[in-house]
Amino acid sequence: MTIPLDPDITPPGTGRFRDAGGLPADRWRAIRGEEKLVATHCCFCGVQCGMYLRVHDGKVFGVEPRDHDINRMRLCPKGLNAYQQVNHPDRLTAPLFRKSRADDLRPVSWEQALDVTAEHIQRIQAEHGRDAFGMLGGASLFTEKTYLVGKFARVALRTRHVDYNGRLCMVSAAGANKLSFGIDRAGNPFADCLLSDCLLIAGSNVGECFPVMTQYLWGARDRGAKLIVVDPRETSIARTADLHVALRPGTDAAFFNAVLHVVVSEGLTDEAFLAEHTTGWDEVRAAAAECPPERAAEICGIPAEQVTQVARMFAAANRAMAWHARGIEHHTQGVENCLTVINLCVATGNLGKPGAGYGTITGQGNGQGGREHGQKSDMLPGGRSISDPVHRMQVADIWGIDVDDLPQAGTSMMEMVHQMRRGEIRGLFGMCNNPFVSLPNYAVVKEGYDKLDFHAQCDFFLSETAANAHLVLPVTSWAEDDGVMANAEARVVRHRKAQEPLPGVRTDTWVLCELARRLGVGDKFDYAGSEQVFEELRIASRGTVNDYYGITYARLDETGGIAWPCPSLDHPGTPRLFEDGRTYHADGKVHMQAVRWHPPADPYDDEFPITLTTGRTVAHFLSGNQTRRLGGLVEQTPRPWVEVHPSHGFSNGDAVTVVTRRGAATFPALVTEAIRPDTVFVPYHWPYPVAANELTIDALDPRSKIPEYKVCACRIEAATAVTPVPAPPMPPGREPYADTQRSRGEPLPPTSSQGRGTSQP
Amino acid sequence: MMGRTIVIDPGRCIGCQACVSACRECDSHRGKSMIHLDYLDQGGSVASSPTVCMHCEDPVAPCAQVCPAEAILVTPDGVVHDADKSRCIGCGNCVNACPMGVPKIDLAAKLQFKCNLCYDRTSYGLAPMCATVCPTGSIFYGTLEELRTERPGVEVASTFDFDGSIISTGVAMVVPRGRPVDEPLPGGAGEHARVTGSPQPAGHLEPSADNVLGEPL
Repeated sequence: MTIPLDPDITPPGTGRFRDAGGLPADRWRAIRGEEKLVATHCCFCGVQCGMYLRVHDGKVFGVEPRDHDINRMRLCPKGLNAYQQVNHPDRLTAPLFRKSRADDLRPVSWEQALDVTAEHIQRIQAEHGRDAFGMLGGASLFTEKTYLVGKFARVALRTRHVDYNGRLCMVSAAGANKLSFGIDRAGNPFADCLLSDCLLIAGSNVGECFPVMTQYLWGARDRGAKLIVVDPRETSIARTADLHVALRPGTDAAFFNAVLHVVVSEGLTDEAFLAEHTTGWDEVRAAAAECPPERAAEICGIPAEQVTQVARMFAAANRAMAWHARGIEHHTQGVENCLTVINLCVATGNLGKPGAGYGTITGQGNGQGGREHGQKSDMLPGGRSISDPVHRMQVADIWGIDVDDLPQAGTSMMEMVHQMRRGEIRGLFGMCNNPFVSLPNYAVVKEGYDKLDFHAQCDFFLSETAANAHLVLPVTSWAEDDGVMANAEARVVRHRKAQEPLPGVRTDTWVLCELARRLGVGDKFDYAGSEQVFEELRIASRGTVNDYYGITYARLDETGGIAWPCPSLDHPGTPRLFEDGRTYHADGKVHMQAVRWHPPADPYDDEFPITLTTGRTVAHFLSGNQTRRLGGLVEQTPRPWVEVHPSHGFSNGDAVTVVTRRGAATFPALVTEAIRPDTVFVPYHWPYPVAANELTIDALDPRSKIPEYKVCACRIEAATAVTPVPAPPMPPGREPYADTQRSRGEPLPPTSSQGRGTSQP
Repeated sequence: MMGRTIVIDPGRCIGCQACVSACRECDSHRGKSMIHLDYLDQGGSVASSPTVCMHCEDPVAPCAQVCPAEAILVTPDGVVHDADKSRCIGCGNCVNACPMGVPKIDLAAKLQFKCNLCYDRTSYGLAPMCATVCPTGSIFYGTLEELRTERPGVEVASTFDFDGSIISTGVAMVVPRGRPVDEPLPGGAGEHARVTGSPQPAGHLEPSADNVLGEPL
C-alpha cells in the first residue's frame, strides 16, 4: 500500500532550496533508493510540526524534514528523535498481568487480559457502585481516541469519573477563554506573529518547549517587531528580547493588572472597541486601578518602570499579540492570570485582526483537540457541558442511549487521586498518561494508586505508572495508527500510519471496542478504524462551537490542516477568530472579568523562604516516558538539576537538596545568573527519587482544578552526593540499563543508500 | 565566502541541539553528529552557538594542508570534504591543525569524520540537514542576498584572527550591527570557558574530549 503524499507540500528541492542545475525536484528521493516517505506530524508538542517518516522494508527508520505550512522544514531535537520510539527494543509487545502488587508482571494473552479487565470492572461496579471505577485519558492521544475515552467512560463504564492529563496543562487557559469569549482556543494562528508589531510572551520558555515557534518570533523581529518576555528565568528568547521582565513566580496577575493600570492612566485604551464589543470593562478598570506600578513592583520584585515600559510598548504598537503558556497557567489563580492577559489585549483593541490577538500555546500535541470532545470530567463532545440538559439530550441521541443513563460531571485528575486514597474509587483504567511523574505531591499520588483494587494502564513503553499497575496493555505508538490532532492554533492536522503495529501490539481504539463488547455495549463501539470514529465525531460536534463537521480525512489530505470551527464541507476553516467583531457568547461581546491578585497557596516563612518553580527542558517531554529511553535525548540531557543563583554560594555540580513541606530531593547545581536570587528551578521529567513533583504542592485552581506546579516555598541545603537517576522500568525479559546516563537503544538500522556524498567530487 | 553557504547567527541560537540531532540523521555518517554546540558563558547566560566546519578558503584549509595521506579534498565549490575513508590513516593531524576544533577522530575505526556541508544534499540543491531544521534560523543556508532579503540590515564577517594568522572561511558569522565589516573576528575560545555538548551537570559522567568518538583504545 502506498501512502499518498500531500499535494500541498512542497517537496524538498523546490522553493528556496531549488538547485541551480534544474534537477528534477524528486531527484533527492530517487537517490535514496527503496525507501518510502510518509507525510505525518510530530507526536510531541502543540506546534505539531510536519515531518516525513522514512520507511524501509515496512519499518520506520528515520526522519526527513517536511515543508509543511506550520514549520517550514524546521524541527526540534524531540521531533528529530521521535521516530526512534517506534521500533525501540523496550517497546511493550504483550499484555502483562499480576494478581497483586507483590507478584511480578507476567505476559498473558490479549484474550485473558481483556477478560480479566472486564471482570474487574463488573465486580467493582457491582460491589461499590458505577462511580467506583474511574478512567483517565491523555492529550497525546489522537482526537478520535480522546472522543472514544469520553464515550467509553459514559456509555460502557457509565461512570462519572473520567478525566485526562490536559487537566495538568491546558485547563486554566481553557477556562479563561470560555469565560471571556465563549470559545476555547487561541484567537490567531502562528503566522499572525509575522504581521505583528509587538509580541508579548508570558510564562513560556518558547526556545525550549516550542522551539519551532521561535521562527515566527524572529520573522516578526526581522520586520522590526518588539519582543517582550515575562519569565522569572532569562530563557533563550528572553536573552535577546527587547524587554525581559524577570518577575517573582506567582505574581503574574498583579503585574498584568499594573500594566493595564498604566495603559488606562496614559489614555492608551481603545475606548471605541471597549464600548462596542465588551461587557465588564468598568469592573476590570476598577481592579486595575487598585494596582499601580509601585505596588506591582513590590509584589513582583521588579523595577516599577518595567511595568510602564511594557504598557507603552504593547499599547503603542499598531498590532500587538500576547501568547502565554504554563508559566502563568500552573497556579491557584491560573484562570485569573490568563484573564489579565486577555484583558490587556482587549483593552488595547488587539483582537480578531491580522497580527493582533491572543493565543495559548498548548503543551501536548493534542492539548487542544484532547479537551474538545469529552475526555474532560465536565464535558461532552463538541465542547458541550455535561450539566446542560439540552447538551445531554443531544449527545444521548447521537450515542443512542437514554439520557438518564448519561452520568453527571465527575472530578478532576488530582481530586480523583484523593478519592482513590479514600477508597471511593477502587478501579482505574489509564490510557496515555503517567501521573507518577506528572502529578504534584508524589507521595500522595503513590498512596492513592497503591490503594486501588485494580489498575489497568495502556502504554507503549512501561511507564513508572504502568510498572505499578495490575495490568499493562501494549498499544500502538503514534506512527502505527491513523488519526488527527489539533495544534495550538486549533488547526486539525492528519497523522498517518507509517508502519503496521509491532507483533502483539493493538491500537487503543481496538482495545476500547473489545472491552465495550465484553461489557455488553459492543454495538455502540463497532469501529473498523480511526476514520470511522472521526466520522462519528464530526457528526457529534455538528452545530456546536467546536464544529468539526466540515473536516474530513480527504479534505485534510488536500489542505494540510483545517482550523475549526468548520461547519460545512465547503467551509475553509477559521484560522483567525472574531474577524467580524463577534465572540461566541450569545450577545457577541467579550465578557471581561475583573481579577485581583492573591498570593500562592504555599506560604513563605523563615524555614521555607525561597520559591521553587518547575518546568521543561528541550530534550524531554512531560513525564519523560516517551523521551527518557531515546539515546540522543538522554545524552543531551541525562538527568535533572537545580538551577540556582550564584548568591547562594554553590559551585556547578555541587549536590544541593531542595526541601519543601512535602519532601526533599537532591540534584546537582547549575549555577547561573539567568535566574532570580529568590527562585530555584528544577525540570520535572524524571521519576522519584529525582522528581520535581515530589516537592510540588497539590493545591488547585478553584475553577480549572489545575495544580500549582509553578510556585511552592522551599529551602536549599548543601548535600554530600547527588541522587542517581533510576533506570526506566523494563518489561519482563529485558535487562535493565546498567548506566542510566549513557546513550542507548540499538544501533541505527542501515540506510538504503549508505555512504553517498563522501569525498566524491 | 562561498556562493551558497552556511551563515551562523549566535544571537538566535537557543541551544536546543536540533542541529546536533539532525546531523546524526545524515546518511554519510549515520548516528554520529559532526556539530559542536558550545555554551559560551555558562553561569552568566544561556548563550550558545553551533560550530560547523567553516570550510576555510585562504590559505587552503589547514586540515587539508597537514594531511599526510592527502585524504582531505576541496571541491571547486569551496567545500572542504571529510577525509576520504580509503585514504585516511586516522593520524589526527587534521584535528590538531584545525583552528576551529572541528574534525572528530574515531579511535576504534582509525578514521577522521567531520562536517562536509551535507554534500549528499547540497550537491542536489538541498540545504544541509542542520540548516534545514534549525528552528530559529541560527544556522542559515543560502546566498548573502537571500540572507539580506530575509533579514534586512544583517551584517556578516568571514575572516578570523588567530594571534595574527588571518583565516578566511567559506562559512560566515552574523556580527553585531555597526561593527566594521572588514575587521577579522577574534579567533579561539574567547574570554569565557566554553562548555561543549550540554550545560547541565552530567552527574557521574567524566567529561570526554569533544572531538574523540568512541572509547579510547
